[in-house]
Amino acid sequence: MTTRRPPAPEPFLWLLFSAGGMIAALFVPVLLFLFGVAFPLDWLTPPDHAHLLAVLRNPITRLVLFGLCALALFHWAHRFRYTLYDGLQLKRFSVPIILFCYGGAVVGSIISAYLLLRV
Amino acid sequence: MADQITLEVARYRPGLDTEPVMQSYQVPLREHWAILDGLTYIKDHLDGTLSFRWSCRMGICGSCGMTVNGDPQLTCATFLTDYAPGPVRVEPLRNFPVVRDLVVDIGDFMEKLPTVKPWMIRDVDSPVEEGEYLQTPEELDEYKQFSMCINCMLCYSACPVYALDPSFVGPAAIALAQRYNLDSRDEGAADRDDVLTSPEGIWACTFVGECSAACPKDVDPAAAIQRYKLTAATQAVKNFLLPRGAR
Amino acid sequence: MSLYHRPIPIFWWLERRSYLVFVLRELSSVFIAWFVVYLLLLINAVSGGSAEYERFLDRSGHWWVVAINVIALLFVLLHSVTWFGLAPKAIVVRMRGRRVPPRLVAVAHYAAWLVLSAVVAWVILR
Ligand code: SF4
Ligand code: FES
Repeated sequence: MTTRRPPAPEPFLWLLFSAGGMIAALFVPVLLFLFGVAFPLDWLTPPDHAHLLAVLRNPITRLVLFGLCALALFHWAHRFRYTLYDGLQLKRFSVPIILFCYGGAVVGSIISAYLLLRV
Repeated sequence: MADQITLEVARYRPGLDTEPVMQSYQVPLREHWAILDGLTYIKDHLDGTLSFRWSCRMGICGSCGMTVNGDPQLTCATFLTDYAPGPVRVEPLRNFPVVRDLVVDIGDFMEKLPTVKPWMIRDVDSPVEEGEYLQTPEELDEYKQFSMCINCMLCYSACPVYALDPSFVGPAAIALAQRYNLDSRDEGAADRDDVLTSPEGIWACTFVGECSAACPKDVDPAAAIQRYKLTAATQAVKNFLLPRGAR
Repeated sequence: MSLYHRPIPIFWWLERRSYLVFVLRELSSVFIAWFVVYLLLLINAVSGGSAEYERFLDRSGHWWVVAINVIALLFVLLHSVTWFGLAPKAIVVRMRGRRVPPRLVAVAHYAAWLVLSAVVAWVILR
């Protein structure tokens, strides 16, 4: 408050990580269960194409899905970065690790925005 | 119940050994005997050269922390009967340099602790004649848990982040900073912020949570760290969005 | 004075069960990233028309895709459970000046999880 440091990135990255962790914890299990397990194994009948298209064209769905994709990717980026630091003791390679993780999240977010807008 | 139990004790003699060697001793297995009593028995009756630290024998001085069967424990508050029939491995606290046998060097923590200024800071001290700084029971509850720390270092011993990077400020020091940050009488949060939000501070923590599992006083340092992360992140967003005056 | 420093093994997280669980929890993020990729493939297929969507459904039935998704689901569940367990430590909720017990905050998270999952399932299966 009194110091005039340039804003460090860490608090913002942590907030993105946390928001991503929360939204992923809430939404991913049900989506993955339905589309990854229940439909492929014929436990439930998959929705028909027209219905899914209609759902995806709803702006609210698009917004939620974009938030989910982008934040979940930043969640991955942050956690994976520290997993490489601590789990494999690779902290000395922090620059390429940071570029790969957060860069991947940025690229992934752009791709998801593009795919969602195109629906 | 067998009347003896085996203690496998790590011995390290500086200058003579390059790494600790385990040595076994038979000690009486008595009800109400803590691991520390077993070690004292060894020292008094079997091998006077064994070195270890202790003082209060009642879980309050924080000097008897050791690694018992792989877990960080206060040896005066951990009972032999819970480990029967044994054997029990007693090693020095992990993550600290070993001085001799079960004695570790906690100088690193002693240097870090004052950097987070764990004392009452006031912008202006009001004169004694004006009386005490009053506090309600609710205000006390805000920080009481974090004030229970006895500096036993079990949390540092349990923390893999500290093991990998000893420059990490660490659980107890951050919990103690929060103990004062959350005290209604204190005004020093801004003074502590620089150290806490440095790369070696809260952001190095990956919330393994083992510090809180190890803590004998239920301080929950992991919670202290996460709470400060949220506080610091919210503050960072405010600093970013609001003009200087409005903060 | 010669102090002894215990070396740290590369795979230090194999030494304790709790460390292993920690590393698995952190690795759940990889499966969350995988889920995003899978979701984007689905979205792409849906916007490509109904034939494309059918092809996606066929592919998602391959045994190895199902296998990956089952493993991913286990990791994602580990993420959710650990996340809801830890979130109340960072989030201190106050109501009328009193701190809401962390237990209750955790329960609220589980309730939100249940409700949101039901809503999502309803939107998709309706
Ligand atoms: S926080 Fe707990 S484990 Fe850590 S030093 Fe204090 S009392 Fe010991
Ligand atoms: S001897 Fe004081 S805490 Fe154990």
